[in-house]
Amino acid sequence: MITTLIYDGTFEGLLTAVFEIYEHRLDLVRIKKGEWLNTALFENTIKVVTENTRADRVLKGLKQKLSAMGLQRLYAAHLAEMDGEDDNLLGYIRYVFDSSQNVEEDYGNKYVMRVSEIVRSVRRERHRMEAFIRFKELKDNTYYATIEPDFNVLPLLVKHFRDRYADQKWIIYDIRRSYGVYYDIHDTQYISLDFATLDPGNAIAAFNENEVLYQDLWKNYFNSVNIPARKNTKLHLRHVPKRYWRHLTEKI
Amino acid sequence: MNAERITEKLNILADAAKYDVSCSSSGSKRKNKDKGLGNASNGICHTYTEDGRCVSLLKILLTNVCIYDCAYCVSRKSNDIKRAAFTVQEVVDLTISFYRRNYIEGLFLSSGIFKDADYTMERLVQVAKKLRTEHNFNGYIHLKSIPGASDELMREAGLYADRLSINLEMPTAEGLKLLAPDKDRQDMIKPMGFLKNEIILRSEEKKLFKKAPIFAPAGQSTQVIIGATPETDQQILSMADQFYRGFKLRRVYYSGYVPVIKDNRLPALNSDVPMVRENRLYQADWLMRNYQFNVNEIVNANNPLLDLDIDPKLGWALRNLNVFPIDINKADLQVILRVPGIGVQSAEKIVSARRFGKLNWDQLKKIGIAINRARYFITCHSSKFERRDLTATAIKQYILAESSSKYLKNSSVQLGLF
Ligand code: SF4
Repeated sequence: MITTLIYDGTFEGLLTAVFEIYEHRLDLVRIKKGEWLNTALFENTIKVVTENTRADRVLKGLKQKLSAMGLQRLYAAHLAEMDGEDDNLLGYIRYVFDSSQNVEEDYGNKYVMRVSEIVRSVRRERHRMEAFIRFKELKDNTYYATIEPDFNVLPLLVKHFRDRYADQKWIIYDIRRSYGVYYDIHDTQYISLDFATLDPGNAIAAFNENEVLYQDLWKNYFNSVNIPARKNTKLHLRHVPKRYWRHLTEKI
Repeated sequence: MNAERITEKLNILADAAKYDVSCSSSGSKRKNKDKGLGNASNGICHTYTEDGRCVSLLKILLTNVCIYDCAYCVSRKSNDIKRAAFTVQEVVDLTISFYRRNYIEGLFLSSGIFKDADYTMERLVQVAKKLRTEHNFNGYIHLKSIPGASDELMREAGLYADRLSINLEMPTAEGLKLLAPDKDRQDMIKPMGFLKNEIILRSEEKKLFKKAPIFAPAGQSTQVIIGATPETDQQILSMADQFYRGFKLRRVYYSGYVPVIKDNRLPALNSDVPMVRENRLYQADWLMRNYQFNVNEIVNANNPLLDLDIDPKLGWALRNLNVFPIDINKADLQVILRVPGIGVQSAEKIVSARRFGKLNWDQLKKIGIAINRARYFITCHSSKFERRDLTATAIKQYILAESSSKYLKNSSVQLGLF
């Protein structure tokens, strides 16, 4: 009979679930993220309570079987938060533990292949965010940007922006997931903003006086570099899908 | 800053710079230092123009005033257009403000020639110097060097810029004579030679002394205009090959001529931009740089022009059917890389994955190879072999039919015609 494990959606939660599967020698399992709502609906359901010590033990085990890169990829695949993919992640982890050698490059295996596909999508979105984030300068000289990525890539962006904008304060805020990262020239921390006290329509009041000028200059530049004789809308849309436009200064 | 004036200047000087197609901001490895601004290594395209070209750098002219009269250039002195010039400080401010907002990876600064080569070059160098020394800016800087500028200025430019380029403009000396009679190809080649030697010298110094300054870490590149003069692809690619070898250029850019000026030496104003040809040249160039193809394998006396229907790798494979089919589970990486439909990433994945077991069609498809082209050239762990001793013409037709049917799928009317 299939046992369903419900976990909280965090990476630690996923690893804790793996711990329980091995501890209770569960064989036929399904794994899902979600709230623990009505246990009576499912038979054979286990609620996974995330526990760092357990997660750490699984992590240690994975480190022995995977390269640092391989582990990083597993983490990135998890950040995709794709529906129904947890079973594939689990399949991957079990394949890793059941093999005597490092199997992260066994692309003939369906789990390794699937993880590699998910990672490709996540990387593409991370890359797009590195490109498409547009900062706006606030009155206190903090540079502020909002994003709405399909996958939860913000944690993968922190290092890039820290390395690049070391001398300016910045905030990148994921409005879909309601959390952000704040860099104060020394450290970064995860934050959540209370928009109830901010009037989004009046946000312009919070901008630095030069902000609008530079936005206009950038829009002008974008229009000036276009060569009408070479127009290719299909190519343009493939590179800059419409769903990103509402955060792109040159497209608003 | 006067908003109106700066906006006007930006419009004029960005518009005039847009025909230079080099845009890459990769190949450097400048790190952010002392908590300064920026770094340069990733080569990010921040947006794309409506014609689909990547925008990575703020690409502008310092001025579009020019003492020369090159036939293919909008800034030439006999062209009646609005002229403008930025001050050094204006370029610096724009670069920093755009960079802080994550609009760009850095600056690509070029210029019309006002007064003389050195006077112009000196101003370009000043911009780069100010950015590096006064603003601790570590983003990417590409300076287009002015042909004929002194060695001293070229050397200084290399200390601040990531990449330097001198545009050859025309693939051959004769083409240049015809369209830019004031210009001398030797004035372009001489500084390239100087830079090549300087880059080699400085990188050896860097190996010995960690503290030695970095010098043009992204090397040098050039651009040639395609289709304004009648050179063949063989002439163009051989020229590129010669410059890759002789001057260690990182990139040669091919710019399909956009008719902007009426001149009886040039294609007529309403003629099409040779975009497909430009694309095929980039594909061919890519094969030379990343796939170890020899230029003669791509174009030669029998095939002086690239096939516009199919990409040059497929073209080569069809001319060399005797090499195929290859066994994907045994062949060397170099050989796999030559199969149409298999890119560098898939080739590497194949070589990694086959250590764990032999691969079949299904797995190859998942790995990401384009089966519809590759299947005529490979065998794998599967009894089916698709080539059936077809001729090159037949394979080409099959591949073309299949790739165009993708676009026909939704159109029952058109399908009815077959
Ligand atoms: S020298 Fe340069 S800017 Fe001047 S006309 Fe010739 S190509 Fe144009």
